[in-house]
Amino acid sequence: MTQATEWPLWEVFVRSRAGLDHKHSGSLHAADAKMAIQLARDVYTRRQEGTSIWVMRSDQITASDPGDKGMYFDPMEDKVYRHPTFYKLPEAVNHM
Amino acid sequence: MNPSIQPSRDAGAQYMLRLADTCLILGQRLGEWCGHAPILEEDIALTNTALDLIGQARALFAHISQSSGTGHDEDQLAFLREERDYVNVTLVELPRGDFAFTSLRNAMMSTFLKLVWERLATSSDAELAAIAGKAVKEARYHQRHAGDWVVRLGDGTAESRRRMESALEELWRYIPELFEGDAIDVQAQQSGIGPDWSSLRAPWLAEMTQLLDEATLAVPKDSAFRSSGKRGVHSEHMGYILADMQYLQRAYPGGVW
Repeated sequence: MTQATEWPLWEVFVRSRAGLDHKHSGSLHAADAKMAIQLARDVYTRRQEGTSIWVMRSDQITASDPGDKGMYFDPMEDKVYRHPTFYKLPEAVNHM
Repeated sequence: MNPSIQPSRDAGAQYMLRLADTCLILGQRLGEWCGHAPILEEDIALTNTALDLIGQARALFAHISQSSGTGHDEDQLAFLREERDYVNVTLVELPRGDFAFTSLRNAMMSTFLKLVWERLATSSDAELAAIAGKAVKEARYHQRHAGDWVVRLGDGTAESRRRMESALEELWRYIPELFEGDAIDVQAQQSGIGPDWSSLRAPWLAEMTQLLDEATLAVPKDSAFRSSGKRGVHSEHMGYILADMQYLQRAYPGGVW
C-alpha cells in the first residue's frame, strides 16, 4: 500500500448571514474533518461571509460525466412549456 | 531621526501596556510565518491570528493614550519607544522556532490571554471591558486552533513528538513570568481595572494540564529561571524585533499607510 503524502481534499460550503442554504465556496486540503472546518473558517469566512460551515471530502462526490453533457442536458432545450410562463398570475402574487 | 517617546508611568497605563505589548510582539512574531507556514491554509490561519493580536494591541494603545493624556497616538506607542519601555512578557519575543514551537506558544498564550480577557470583560474601565468583550472571542478561537495542533503533534509521529517535547521544555522556562504579580497587578486588582495576573496561574495550569494530557505530553517541572520582559528587561532577541518594527517610523517619521 502506498503512503499518502498529501492530505485529502475537502469541499467547503458556507451559509451566509442572510442565506438559507449552504453554498459551495471552494476547496482546501486538511487531514480530517475537524481540521477542515477550522481551516475553512480561516480561509473562506475572513470577510464575514458566513454563519455556518459544512465540509465534505471531495472524493465522496459523484459527478456526472462531462461526455454525457449532450445526452443529459440538450434534450431540454426545446421544452419551453416546462417553464410556467404561460400562466396569468393574479395581481396579488405579482413578484413570483 | 524621530526622538523616542516615553509612555505614562501610571500603574493603570503600565498594566494595560503589558497586555498591549504582549499582543503586539506575539502578533509580530506570528506575522513572520506569512508565506512560510507548512501549508497554504495554515499560513492564512496564522496571519489571521497575528492580525487579531495586532488589532487588540491597537485598541489598547488608543485607549491608553486617551486615558493617560500623553497625547501619543497608537503608532507612536507601537513604534517609537526604547526597548526598556516595552513591557511584554519575554515568552512572546523568543524567535518563532519551528511549527511545533509556534503552535505550543500560541496555545500557551491564547489560554493565558483568554483568561485575562474574560476577567477584563467586567473591568471598572468601560472601554477596556468593551475591548475585552471582542477580544475574548478571538482568543477562544486561537486557543482551539493552536490546541488542536499541540494534540496532533504531541500525539503524532516520533518526529513531531520529539519537536513538541523540545518546544515544551524550552517554553516552560518562561511561564513563571506570566504569573509573577507585582505592585502594578495589586493596584489594578484594587482599583477594579483587571485581575492580578498571579491569580490566573491555577486556571491556566488546569487548562494546560488537560491539553498536555490529551497530547500525551508530561507537564514539565518549574525551573528557577525568571525572565523579566514585563519589567522592561528583555532577552537578546528583542532588539532585533524592534529594529524590524521601527525601521519605517524612524526612517520616515510620521509616515502613514
